[in-house]
Amino acid sequence: MDNSLLVDLSRSQFALTAMYHWLFVPLTLGLSFIIAFMETIYVKTGNPEWKKITKFWMTLFGINFAIGLATGIIMEFEFGTNWSNYSWIVGDIFGAPLAIEGIMAFFMESTFFAVMFFGWNKVSKKAHLLSTWLVAIGSNLSALWILVANGWMQYPTGMKFNVDTARFEMESFFDVLFNPVAVSKFLHTVSSGYVMGSLFVIGISSWYLLKKRDTVFAKRSIIVAASFGLLASIFLISTGDESAHQVALKQPTKLAAMEGLYDGSKRQGIVAIGQLTSGKEIGDNKDDFVWSVQIPYALSFLGFRNIDAFVPGMDDLVLGNKKMNIEPASDMLAKGKIALKSLRDYKNAQKVNDAEKSQASLKTFRMYEKYLGYGYLKNPVDIIPPVGLTFYSFHIMVGLGTWFLILFFFMLYYSMIGKIEDKRLFQKLALWSIPLGYLAGEVGWIVAEVGRQPWAIQGMLPTQVATSHLTSNSVAVTLVLFAVLFTGLLIAEIKIMLSQIKLGFKGA
Amino acid sequence: MFEKLSYLALQEYWWFLIALLGALFVFMTFVQGGQTLLNKVAKSEDEKDIVIASLGRKWELTFTSLVMFGGALFAAFPLFYATSFGGAYYVWMAILFCFIIQAVSYEYRKKPDNFLGQKTFEIFLFINGSLGIILIGAAVGTLFTGGNFILSDMNLSSWTLSSRGLEAVLNPFNVILGLVVFFLARVQASLYFLNNINHEGIINNTRRVLRNDAILFLAFFILFCILLLTLSGVAYDGNAFVVVKYKFLLNFLASPILLGIFLVGALLVIYALFISLFKKSQQGIWFSGVGTVLVVLALFSLLGFNNTAIYPSLSDLQSSLDIRNAAASRYTLVAMSYVSLLVPFVLGYIIIVWRKMDQKQITSDEIQSDSHHY
Repeated sequence: MDNSLLVDLSRSQFALTAMYHWLFVPLTLGLSFIIAFMETIYVKTGNPEWKKITKFWMTLFGINFAIGLATGIIMEFEFGTNWSNYSWIVGDIFGAPLAIEGIMAFFMESTFFAVMFFGWNKVSKKAHLLSTWLVAIGSNLSALWILVANGWMQYPTGMKFNVDTARFEMESFFDVLFNPVAVSKFLHTVSSGYVMGSLFVIGISSWYLLKKRDTVFAKRSIIVAASFGLLASIFLISTGDESAHQVALKQPTKLAAMEGLYDGSKRQGIVAIGQLTSGKEIGDNKDDFVWSVQIPYALSFLGFRNIDAFVPGMDDLVLGNKKMNIEPASDMLAKGKIALKSLRDYKNAQKVNDAEKSQASLKTFRMYEKYLGYGYLKNPVDIIPPVGLTFYSFHIMVGLGTWFLILFFFMLYYSMIGKIEDKRLFQKLALWSIPLGYLAGEVGWIVAEVGRQPWAIQGMLPTQVATSHLTSNSVAVTLVLFAVLFTGLLIAEIKIMLSQIKLGFKGA
Repeated sequence: MFEKLSYLALQEYWWFLIALLGALFVFMTFVQGGQTLLNKVAKSEDEKDIVIASLGRKWELTFTSLVMFGGALFAAFPLFYATSFGGAYYVWMAILFCFIIQAVSYEYRKKPDNFLGQKTFEIFLFINGSLGIILIGAAVGTLFTGGNFILSDMNLSSWTLSSRGLEAVLNPFNVILGLVVFFLARVQASLYFLNNINHEGIINNTRRVLRNDAILFLAFFILFCILLLTLSGVAYDGNAFVVVKYKFLLNFLASPILLGIFLVGALLVIYALFISLFKKSQQGIWFSGVGTVLVVLALFSLLGFNNTAIYPSLSDLQSSLDIRNAAASRYTLVAMSYVSLLVPFVLGYIIIVWRKMDQKQITSDEIQSDSHHY
């Protein structure tokens, strides 16, 4: 049965909820720490102006936090509602981090959130400060566990396939937790949140400077946020480098799509900027780019830490490359079909108690087990993710990340020498960088998730197999409802946020 | 430590934790109950603000308990999670929508330029507290009455009715359980207000509302008990799943401890109502809270005990799920069991914070002097 419409709608719904959710999460991650820094300064100095500054940003934090929760609850339950096969086949491994996230992080956030907002006159200064820090730590712990789960989807480790239950089962909790992809992904993602939080604070503060109001509060906020943002940007770039290195090692098709690379080579350069050739197909020998600016050797070096390393392109990965010992995808699909058939034979033999046949089928299955997921694919080219979306998203993300570093540097520099109030150009640039921060975060997730296609679990479980047995109409209805509801709530959130910003620090 | 437990003991331990989380969630639904009482107990804007502030400092804990309940089911009983959520799609989606609209309502309700208006957010809170809770009760009812699903030999589930779980609300048992939870939430909300709010007008209104809700709660609860004790259940007899008449009555008789927990819990709730209505006590919420946790714990435990199916299949009896065939692997349950050692610690800091924040009752003066209020 062709379930492509159902899969597309299910993916659209998940993408919609994830993208809405990611509009709010990075700000929570970053702003929570910035508020904690500000309140620490207040407790250390006793200066009530820092309390006002803290409370002002806390109000904006609360508005953002509420809608983050609203969109977040959907994510967990959608694994069950829309990806029930996935939930069963890998739930043994994937469910654990989600549950730990609840125990370790959600309760911490929700308990101390109440103290942070309503406890100013109910607990001591230090207890309040501790609560603010615990909200920040809780938010980031939450990110840790969800990214452990996501990292495992990108690079599955610490598990085995159980033929009797027909699912993957965990073998090593610590392999899942310390999965190198998960570690780099967590660090990269939370640092992107810190950058977003810093952009938000310096952008809004710059608006006050442009309007020549609340200037003392704004300048103090900029110093805290630009310092944090600059450090976070440096960290973001280094974790991004490690993240891309892990992609090169574990997800070669994703790397090839990120770079628009068809014909791989040693000493491969990296495309700094370029325009993909439209209509290009695997093995057609057309140029990869209409035009491009490349940095020589850089992809080999950054991807594999070796200037002479061979970087496989999409042609190599689909058609194979004997010289570099890369198996053609068609062979992997054929072996995958053998794995699927032998698994089916094993189950049938078990049903009729045919021990001899079940043993033989099991032996065959174990030989081809690692190709199991490929058995579901129809064509070798199916292993390639959408190239255009992945390539442009990746390059937009990298370009914006570099811009944020420059912006934070100048904002901090001018703040330190006391000239930030005069730099109207930078104030405007900071203000307009707020939407760019959101854009960078969204395209980053597009690289991660679209670049993972066609897999729900890299190399193991294709997206088409992971979905629930639903009708496409059912999903279409809920997709539209989600789109309408979330858009309505987003409009409400933006209007409330703008209104609170207009009220300024004095009302805090 | 946990490695030494048998696989079945681990499954039972995790079902107990699920039951505990479910019980804590049901206790915390006093927030939802309170949302449905907003216009009944608060007659002016100031009074509304007090009620919203009282509930608003707790709503996230309820929300988190629900998410935790789902997360624990996913990790410990993934086949149940996949089958129920992926099958009864419309019911779970309806519940999710009811909770999405709650999450923003406290924060946005009275903020300037909130686009949808204060009234809309108050309607959202009412929908969450009424429809959301009744549907959750009905969905949990299907654990006793079953769902229309089948499992393939690869354990992949599919639903056999196009109504996708909405049929659950046609079953009287499910609906009555939904109404029991709904009126329990309202009753507990009233007890919570009596304890948490210092405002004569609200307290007088609350006592009036509590009287009516208590009668309705007790009526539906007694009806539910009768239906439960006469209900047939599904059990695994060692070879196959079979239908067993009076299964839950038999489970109670087979485990006097569970019966005792259930009865003590029910008596505590009744005692809480009595002292609140007739002795003007403010402490009813604690008795009713403990009672609710005990009753729900006992009810959930009935499902995971004595070879009972936790999710009978109405389409193919042999596709039914029990704690054995729906559970995560032994390794995962052991690993998760170590994580579960954090639960007492988490409960500990919640209790400490709760006590500290609720040391003094909420007053009108406090709300007006607080720069950040809902």
